[in-house]
Amino acid sequence: MILKAKVYNKIFAFQSLKEVMAKANEEKSGDELVGIAAKSASERVAAKLVLSNLTLEDIYNNPVIPYEEDEVTRAIYDGLNLRIYQEIKSWTVGYLREYILDHKTTGEDLTHISRGLTSEMIAAVAKLMSTMDLVFGSKKMRVQSHCNTTLGVPGTLAFRCQPNHPTDNIEGMLASLKEGLAYGSGDAVIGINPVEDNVETVTRLLDTVKNFMIKWEIPTQNCVLAHVTTQIKAIEKGAPVDLVFQSIAGTQKANDAFGVNAAILDEAFALAQRKGTATGPNLMYFETGQGSEVSLDAHLGVDMMTLEARTYGYARGYHPFMTNNVSGFIGPETIYSGREVIRADLEDLFMGKLHGLPMGIAPCYTNHMKADQNDQEMGTLLCAMAGSNFFMGVPGGDDVMLSYQDTSYHDDASTREILGLRPLPEFEKWLEKMGILAKGKLTERAGDPSIFDK
Amino acid sequence: MTVANNELEKVIIQSVMEELAKKGLLSHKGKDQVMAAAMMDTPLVPNTESEEMVTFPPQEEMQISNPFNADAVKAMKKLTPARIGIGRAGTRPKTMSLLRFLADHAVAQDAVFLDVSEEFLRRMNLMSVQSAATSKDEFLQRPDLGRRLSEEAVKIVSEKCEKNVQVQILIVDGLSSTAIEANIPDLLPALIQGLKSAGIKVGAPFFVKNGRVWVQDHVASIVNSEVIISLIGERPGLGTAESLSAYMIYRPNENTVEADRTVISNIHKGGIPPAEAGAHLTDVIQQILAAKASGVKLNQQK
Repeated sequence: MILKAKVYNKIFAFQSLKEVMAKANEEKSGDELVGIAAKSASERVAAKLVLSNLTLEDIYNNPVIPYEEDEVTRAIYDGLNLRIYQEIKSWTVGYLREYILDHKTTGEDLTHISRGLTSEMIAAVAKLMSTMDLVFGSKKMRVQSHCNTTLGVPGTLAFRCQPNHPTDNIEGMLASLKEGLAYGSGDAVIGINPVEDNVETVTRLLDTVKNFMIKWEIPTQNCVLAHVTTQIKAIEKGAPVDLVFQSIAGTQKANDAFGVNAAILDEAFALAQRKGTATGPNLMYFETGQGSEVSLDAHLGVDMMTLEARTYGYARGYHPFMTNNVSGFIGPETIYSGREVIRADLEDLFMGKLHGLPMGIAPCYTNHMKADQNDQEMGTLLCAMAGSNFFMGVPGGDDVMLSYQDTSYHDDASTREILGLRPLPEFEKWLEKMGILAKGKLTERAGDPSIFDK
Repeated sequence: MTVANNELEKVIIQSVMEELAKKGLLSHKGKDQVMAAAMMDTPLVPNTESEEMVTFPPQEEMQISNPFNADAVKAMKKLTPARIGIGRAGTRPKTMSLLRFLADHAVAQDAVFLDVSEEFLRRMNLMSVQSAATSKDEFLQRPDLGRRLSEEAVKIVSEKCEKNVQVQILIVDGLSSTAIEANIPDLLPALIQGLKSAGIKVGAPFFVKNGRVWVQDHVASIVNSEVIISLIGERPGLGTAESLSAYMIYRPNENTVEADRTVISNIHKGGIPPAEAGAHLTDVIQQILAAKASGVKLNQQK
């Protein structure tokens, strides 16, 4: 394993694969905060050069967190297809990049090798990729999943309608839901972040949305994004749950801080299969984001991007219906600027897809970041071009409960029309029946929540 | 050639030119030249004397053209602060929705990125020191630096602050300088007055620039007060940038955890009004002094 590189007249030597992985990253404030980022532009390139020459076997033999010490590492290694890994283990990371981008390599081919790649290998190759590389590579891969409806159908772009309310007021939530549906948002899921994380609130929200879906015959899925243990209790008491949600991270220590582990997730998945309301087989909804391990002080000296890839390695064993990335939500100490968040979004979309996950992106930002609406809209269009399966839908782009900005109902409709993408097939039929959409475009009637108030 | 000096004249010239062009009496090029000259010479003197100005329409106004049920939309808007019933231009927001969003974000960004003004600190008679973070950029990216005083600040606080008082008050910009300037003028006098009337000995309050909540632990280690209270700007939402929190702790040390702090948040004119908060905080500080504990430990004693 060669860990030394010469960039013109300067020689850079690295101590470990972990150090190379961190220093090969594009600039992000979280890696700087932890003190593991490259100290100069030249050192960054030197790390990329070293990385390009390492084999997949080198990476396999040097997990950034030991197998014995971490449940996430174990999930990644235990879930690997060793036969496929054996076939490709002599590839260098540089060769893997070219293989991904080669015209002869199809999305199917990538899905196949995906089973023999550890999360660290996937992170490594993404570190060698530029913006357009990431878009090009992501676009090749299409991951479909099925809950009540099918997500990821070619030519479609779906949205989670996110009608959050600052006091969990049912009528207020319904008002935002109607507005979202009237813009064609909500085919991925109708998902609410509750303020009160308790069984009673969660059940009330789930019941309300489910009844609304039944009354208006809306082909989608419902979800309330409380802690997984609260949802488990709600399901046990008979609450109608299509999708079970949980935030996860890339180290066992961070997952402990989130109050989750494999046993809890196994229980939730099994319960959704036995007592959930959805068809399946995909019944889980995960959220992830670069920097959560840093903000929880659970990074163990590993860079944010590699940890994000490991999170996907952890997720893939649960065959989620959707995995949503919210890197822009964590804060300026991990991702500072619009430039950093756009880069993170594209990395995450690519890495998630190469893990075989049905990825969506929330190209979001908070008010203490140096990012604005223009950055968000650029990120959204790039991720849509790269084939994100879904985005969020927030009224006017302003989440009044979580206090951050995300894609608006308007952005949802705009992105579809700009790129010629359609809602999920069943949902498009429903929108046409409701007179909201015709030939893939909003009608005169669209954008009016009162169409649900006869 | 007449110089157009108001909009009406411009319109008149334009219609005359168009008529002439239609009748073939003036070439299109000629028409364009005349119009360009007319526009160029238009004096655009801003009328600063006038009381007229451009403002946003009321937020509760329904913006949907020809809704199915206008009353239902109006009722919905009353049920949530979310931006609904805002209509659209094609798939995009209407101009006023876009500009209102930009304005709300601008106010939030200014609260985070602009400093509390020197003039304000002078007016409030507040001594000012800085955390170890030397700029807003550094403050936002390095939370650890905002948690301790700069070396110079340590020296100033050691020399100038009274030691062993019962209560030390800090004003900390945190994530909103706007929250400081909006609330401190009413809050601080009410708090000091309240504490003094209760016979509590209070050190002279001072301001910490680029500070986070934990900087109070560092200050307490120097001034050795019983209770230290930070009045600190909260992270602004799009709804308000004026919200302030009060963090109080009884004799912090190296084993202090977050749960040891008592927090009162949402202090602003739309939440707990600042003058009222002054009285409320006085009560809480009295409880902390009596119990010799804060945070969860205080709650357990109640």
